[in-house]
Amino acid sequence: MATLTSTPATPAQRRRRARPGRGPRGEQVAGYAFISPFFLVFAVFGLFPLLFTFWVSLHDWSLLGDRSWSGLGNYSKLLGDDHFWNALRNTLGIFVLATVPQLLLSLVLAQLLNQRLRARTLWRMGVLLPNITSIAAVGIIFTLLFARDFGLVNWLLGHVGVEPIAWQQHRWSSWLAISVMVDWRWTGYNALIFLAALQAVPRELYDAASIDGAGPVQQFRHITVPMLRPTIVFVTLVATIGGMQLFTEPLLFNSGANAITGGTTRQFQTLTMYVYEQAFTGQEFGYASSVAWVMFIVIALIGALNALLLRRLRGVQ
Amino acid sequence: MTLHTRARRTAAAAGLLLLAAAGLAGCGDDADGASGSDTTLRVSVFGNFGYEDLYKQFERDHPGVKIVETSEGDLGQYNTQLTQKIAAGSGAGDVVAIEEGQVVNFLQSADKFVNFQEHGSNDHKDQWLDWKYAQATTADGKDTIGLGTDVGGLAMCYRKDLFEQAGLPTDREQVAALWPTWDAFTQVGEQFQDAMGDDVHFIDSATNTYNSILMQTADETYFDHDNKLIIDSNPAVQNAWDTALAMSDAGISAKLKSFSNEWNAGFKNGAFATIACPAWMTSYIEEQAGDENAGKWDITTVPGGGGNWGGSFLAVPTVSKHQDLALELVDFLTSADGQMGAFEAVGNLPSNPTLYDTPALKDATNEYFSDAPIGQLFVAGASSLKPVYLGAKNQPVRDAVENAMRSAENGEKSSSEAWDTAVSDAEAAAG
Repeated sequence: MATLTSTPATPAQRRRRARPGRGPRGEQVAGYAFISPFFLVFAVFGLFPLLFTFWVSLHDWSLLGDRSWSGLGNYSKLLGDDHFWNALRNTLGIFVLATVPQLLLSLVLAQLLNQRLRARTLWRMGVLLPNITSIAAVGIIFTLLFARDFGLVNWLLGHVGVEPIAWQQHRWSSWLAISVMVDWRWTGYNALIFLAALQAVPRELYDAASIDGAGPVQQFRHITVPMLRPTIVFVTLVATIGGMQLFTEPLLFNSGANAITGGTTRQFQTLTMYVYEQAFTGQEFGYASSVAWVMFIVIALIGALNALLLRRLRGVQ
Repeated sequence: MTLHTRARRTAAAAGLLLLAAAGLAGCGDDADGASGSDTTLRVSVFGNFGYEDLYKQFERDHPGVKIVETSEGDLGQYNTQLTQKIAAGSGAGDVVAIEEGQVVNFLQSADKFVNFQEHGSNDHKDQWLDWKYAQATTADGKDTIGLGTDVGGLAMCYRKDLFEQAGLPTDREQVAALWPTWDAFTQVGEQFQDAMGDDVHFIDSATNTYNSILMQTADETYFDHDNKLIIDSNPAVQNAWDTALAMSDAGISAKLKSFSNEWNAGFKNGAFATIACPAWMTSYIEEQAGDENAGKWDITTVPGGGGNWGGSFLAVPTVSKHQDLALELVDFLTSADGQMGAFEAVGNLPSNPTLYDTPALKDATNEYFSDAPIGQLFVAGASSLKPVYLGAKNQPVRDAVENAMRSAENGEKSSSEAWDTAVSDAEAAAG
């Protein structure tokens, strides 16, 4: 009998032993069932479109007419496509121009909101207001503000002797105007995320710093920013994804005919606008899909870069 | 996405809002409130077709039928959505409007539309201008996917009050005599500009003038009848390009982008004195310039004779569940009475040549435009209309050319640089 007890356990028995407290099989199934809605939704709305887009990108696919297999033809065409590189450059340019001041500003704003203020809740809600405004309304209003002939910005500049600027016409001015739109909308939102993180910073650190004679600026640099590092990386990542997909603001900024080309010389056409133009004006469904996939890869690369940076920063700490 | 349909948009804002909702607005209009034997016919159009009263009449004649019209303000957005729905095979209305620039495109998928020839349209095709009927018919002549509503026609709208300030004649006959040709038109513009300084310009933009000239002189524009891109070898394109940019160089253009907010404001503020106007544009001008400018506008003939710019068709997608009723509605709306009704409502010029001799059309005037005899003016333009073939990729090519022209007009590029860009972008767009 002794030999029997010493028989090696079956794999199932071993598993049961390795995970004590595990319920019977029915509960396992229930567990998977409970989390399955996410995976089902992801499969239908995430994975399937992703894979289907890739499938389409391997074809010459006209929305209304023919479709034929072209392998990686669309991707090689893309490498030599000036309009694609132009759109990528615009997207990255507007992203940097919009995101850097935005994050700095929202950090400062969060710091301010974290002080003892009168009507504090009102202020905190106030900074979120731009974010809940309809994006189309924002686009229309800002386009009017930046209009060449009757716009408020040019009118104000006129008072200090600056000639009217055709904001849509130059690369720098259109990027600037679009960045202002993006910042107006997202600074308050990011400030609130920073505020939440700020409140998790122990007060004692600041008290100790004060005793050591550190001023507000030093405290901000040496306590607030380091403590917020993970939040900063998170916010940057979210801003990257949003920035790379910038669409409505530049589209509305180019009111009138041919809005999708982002200006006469495509000076502010972003990648998503290019995808849309190819798919629906040009009816090159396959080519548009390949641009979309490359965009996906670019975002993933930037995300990876962010993650690397985060790891390095942690290492430094 | 031609100017024509854009022009018809009711309000820029509405279109922009819809643009923003583009992703969501894909389809989903399931509002078939049918209860019992009631039938709802859905009609999708862009801008204003002037069909309100005609719908009521149709509903009276067909008890139990209810017509619901959805109108998209922005033609580009409308075309995008219609293309998506047709490609997807669901979601399109029972009756859909198709603009001239898009009809060639949809002929590629003629099987997605009811063939009017199977319902006897060939028996009464003299109801339309020959080329209008041909435009919506496949090359083999076997399939007609749309029946004509209006055609563009072409005239010149101008501001009498500004002409007076500049010391030019204001009477429409005398004004017409000033510009038999586009070169003469440019000279008048220079005279106007000298008198008026820089706050007001003679024309709204180079692109609008360019399109008028192009649609006036050409039998083919960017594509030949075999859909081969001929932009670089077609003298008509080159001529229209040079003439329009010469006007811009002469400093007579307000350089306003068509259908932009500033262009719209320009009508109200009197930023420009003339604009080439197809018939459908008159209601757009009236809407934008507003009541305070009533009577300041007038209409006269366009330099260089008639031309066509824009015009539409009605079609019935095969996915419609009420095809018979939809066909009946299309027949009614595109009949002589239907076209006349739309003309009276919003001034869209009929594509039915038998109407051109009727007093109702010939004697029509437009109060807003100083009682201009729009019937005579537009019919005169229409009778010398020449059909213009637009290829399936006309729209992207046209966008490329217009963009390049604007960059030259704005001084971002020289005329020859801009032309090179126009040609290379057109080649890329033509695929």
